[in-house]
Amino acid sequence: MTGTLIFVRTFLRRDRWMMFWWIAAGTLLYYSQAPSVDATYKTQAEFDTAAASMESNAALIAMTGPARALNTVGGQVAWQSMAFGAVVAGLMSMFIIGRHTRAEEESGRDELVRSTAVSRHAPIVAALVVATVANVLMGAFITLSLLSYGLAAAGSISIGVALTLAGLTFTGVALVAAQLTDSTRAMYGITGAVMAVSYVLRAVGDLTENGLSWLSPIGWGQAMHPYSGERWWPAVLPVVAALALVVAALALFARRDVGSGLWPARPGPSRANGRLLGTLGLAWRLQRGSIIGWTTGILLLGLSFGSIGNDVQDIMGSSDFSDAILQTGSDATDSFYGFAILMIALMAAGFAISSALRPLGEEDAGRVETLLATAQPRRTWLLGHVSVTVLGSAVVLVAGGLGLGAGFAMVTGDGSAVLRYLGAMLPYLAPVLLLAAVTRLLHGIMPRLAFLAWAGLAFCVVVMFFGELLRFPSAVMDVSPFSHLALTPAEDARWTPVLVVALVAVVLSIVGQVAFRRRDVITT
Amino acid sequence: MSDVIDIQNLHKSFGSTKALDGLDLRVSTGEVHGFLGPNGAGKSTTIRVLLGLLRADSGTVQLFGGDPWRDAAELHHRLAYVPGDVNLWPTLTGGEVIDLLGRLRGGLDERRRADLIERFELDPTKKGRAYSKGNRQKVALVAALASDVELLLLDEPTSGLDPLMEAVFTDCIDDFKDDGHTVLLSSHILAEVERLCDRVSIIRSGQAVESGTLADLRHLTRTSVSAEVAAPPTGLDGLLGVHDLIVEGNRVLFEVDTDHLGAAIDALGRLGIRTLTSQPPTLEELFMRHYGDDVAEPVEASA
Repeated sequence: MTGTLIFVRTFLRRDRWMMFWWIAAGTLLYYSQAPSVDATYKTQAEFDTAAASMESNAALIAMTGPARALNTVGGQVAWQSMAFGAVVAGLMSMFIIGRHTRAEEESGRDELVRSTAVSRHAPIVAALVVATVANVLMGAFITLSLLSYGLAAAGSISIGVALTLAGLTFTGVALVAAQLTDSTRAMYGITGAVMAVSYVLRAVGDLTENGLSWLSPIGWGQAMHPYSGERWWPAVLPVVAALALVVAALALFARRDVGSGLWPARPGPSRANGRLLGTLGLAWRLQRGSIIGWTTGILLLGLSFGSIGNDVQDIMGSSDFSDAILQTGSDATDSFYGFAILMIALMAAGFAISSALRPLGEEDAGRVETLLATAQPRRTWLLGHVSVTVLGSAVVLVAGGLGLGAGFAMVTGDGSAVLRYLGAMLPYLAPVLLLAAVTRLLHGIMPRLAFLAWAGLAFCVVVMFFGELLRFPSAVMDVSPFSHLALTPAEDARWTPVLVVALVAVVLSIVGQVAFRRRDVITT
Repeated sequence: MSDVIDIQNLHKSFGSTKALDGLDLRVSTGEVHGFLGPNGAGKSTTIRVLLGLLRADSGTVQLFGGDPWRDAAELHHRLAYVPGDVNLWPTLTGGEVIDLLGRLRGGLDERRRADLIERFELDPTKKGRAYSKGNRQKVALVAALASDVELLLLDEPTSGLDPLMEAVFTDCIDDFKDDGHTVLLSSHILAEVERLCDRVSIIRSGQAVESGTLADLRHLTRTSVSAEVAAPPTGLDGLLGVHDLIVEGNRVLFEVDTDHLGAAIDALGRLGIRTLTSQPPTLEELFMRHYGDDVAEPVEASA
């Protein structure tokens, strides 16, 4: 194993910030549930009512997991965070494994490193070690944070162990996937699909109690029953699975050539079809995967919010925080959905910004030079991407509104909800596109600082969710374009602010596009 | 006939780095023009200014008599560009990229496309990420050569190609030139330059240091002479343009600036020549001299 230690040190150094943020986010996901539960319910009686309502809500069970001891803080923490936590640990492991194995091979850097005096297995073993360290740290911090909040020791340890083991199982999955295909994107696709299937298996299993949850690595952790009569033997399942996957991955690795996958690369078309050659063709082709992914994700999110239905009031309790959220309208359900729609819109802004950053990514990768050396004018090239961003943002928002309405209609039988919630979602297209336009402006004027658009989104999120609580001055609140819109459907839509925000978006986008035409193209 | 490319006193800086510092370059219609210089001399920057990707700080740049920054898209109908490091979209196949670039240039010659793919032995069904460096280069070359254009801007186009493919490339450039078209070829492969180019320009530190035919350039450097003479060779070291003189008995070895070759041979003739070999500078020597640090001072101390 010559060189393994050097690799471990290098990887840890390269990953230290990424690991820090993943672990911090994972820990916060678990820890934040405890005080939020305590703050939401003033009396145990209120808590019991809410718990009873949650236990009978199929949508929530499908989203989170089997309902156990929901009238305790520990039970709520486990219920609300374990399924998402396993996904967070799984994604972190997938990225750690991917970037040190398949991505390195794909870029060709791996070849150079392997030409030095290192053993064949050193990089893959080092990646495994680093992923293990990250998962153990995340589990440990979750246990420590919950202990520090004063939750029971056995449950806190159990919940941390469950997370670490779920992360290690998905580490094994990622490691196997990295041997199968020669593309990092495909490897992420395979691992992500396994996580999605695990999630669905446990959702169906938890709803029908037919044992399907035992096929899901996410279900294994929940089967350890943290804070609700811990049992330790289910931990054997992920340990065995992770070991088997790692052994399989190492065996596959030994059988394949460095740089290639076990599955041969499939050839593609030898000619371009008409769609690729149109104005929108290339931009759409490059962004369609991301648009389909975001649309599906937001649709599912909308469905799960929507299927809470009229239970909103029971779940929200009557704490100061929920009172603050619900005070805006007379109808608690509409107020809740007003905020759900705002949240979906802020997420859609995430798509809009990443889509608006795509042309910059193309520029950085050195692919724009060849394109702009053809007779395609710069403005046409950029306009293709702008159109895809605008249309894609609209599609993502509509998916969220339709999902929300459809979910609500399925639970309550109120078919008019579909149009009502879709209509409540549409005004948000203006502020979403304003954030995309800010990105466009940065891309045109200061491409090196374009990533700051994300800070703009973070600012909007803080203002919209915590601005009232933290008593921000209204001048600060007003900087967020979302502040100016009515909280539809709790309030009636006001179209003047929508038009003003849309107009500002159009102007900023045009200025950004013109600025791009006047500056040097980034060359490598 | 007007020049296809006419650059005068071009300046371009990136921050405090001067990439181009008063560059002049002229390329006439129908010629294959070699564009030479050490790494970092400013060749790619010049080509990117010609493509309207970078904006000139000052100086005049004319491409087909137009302004490459302002009229970029119109001018690009008439040219094709091959960069030295071709970056392809990882998910698009080579065939799709060829069609895409061809369409964006204003059309492909279908027969030539098929013919070139065969001659370059390119598999057009592979995805961008699966191509090796040489094959990525071939994708861009096929796309450029199959387009209906009058000018090729080639920035080290054969980097990564094997010698057989390089020969195919050379043939293609010959055909292109026979049609009366123009090529600006930046290259480090001297045999390729010697074989293809009518004229060359050598740039260093963002300035053109020499421009002309290869024969012209040869005149600017030294010929090595070795001779045996009847009388003891004296007085040769006083001759204009003679360097590195070595005298061994009646044998002399020296290098002489090519402009002064005649005078040196006359002097040898007066001493009575018994044997004489004179060797013109090789292309390598020519470029070593121009790429090296001694260009500003044509007369150098002996090594």
